[in-house]
Amino acid sequence: MSLPPLPESAIVIGATADDWRSAVTLAAEALAASGAAKPEYAREMIRMIEEHGPYVVIAPGLALAHARPGPTVLQDGLSIVTLREPVRFGHPYNDPVSVILGLAIATPDAHLAAVAAVANVFNDSSAIADLAAATTVDEVQRIMGTA
Amino acid sequence: MKIVTICGAGIGSSGILKVNAERVLRKLDIPATVVAADISSVAEAAADAQVILTSIEFVDAIGKTFADVIVIDNYFDTAELTEKLDAALG
Repeated sequence: MSLPPLPESAIVIGATADDWRSAVTLAAEALAASGAAKPEYAREMIRMIEEHGPYVVIAPGLALAHARPGPTVLQDGLSIVTLREPVRFGHPYNDPVSVILGLAIATPDAHLAAVAAVANVFNDSSAIADLAAATTVDEVQRIMGTA
Repeated sequence: MKIVTICGAGIGSSGILKVNAERVLRKLDIPATVVAADISSVAEAAADAQVILTSIEFVDAIGKTFADVIVIDNYFDTAELTEKLDAALG
């Protein structure tokens, strides 16, 4: 099982975001930069959270920004944005968020292998803090196992 | 036994919950089928399920169900999943 592609162009370190919407938008822009999604995917990801609440904050400090497969997704891909100052999504336990993992899935049938690989990385309880503290793209790719 | 994981999109977070629930259930030696679904299809997906795993945000939307609704705070914390699944099923 391998992770969706996480090229250098999809990694942003030490970004500044005013609120959760701008944090999610940064993760979408990183997916667009790597060619995994169209810029409009940002709106889809934000709408998921507006509709259903901050459930995407699936672990302390980490938001999995994602939406359904659809016309704004071009291919499977991951992006990672780390924030200089964490932002609140309004989650009762897991706020504030300093790492946003953007996920674009083009083929729903294949998504379980991709998320299983994501789980492999983050079941290591130090991964989120290590990503938040990373200062180089190499370091991020090493933590993610994509280096 | 059938377990349904619920999120907004039916991929991504519910998929992670499915994968980690399957890992925990294997360790607990509890045979179960785990299905990831989105909230709009919960009534159909969970009609014959014993357990629904989800986030606190979806509890109200899931509404009336015969299944045990278990709220998971940290999707990557297999210790939390183990404790809650074992308490419900063990």
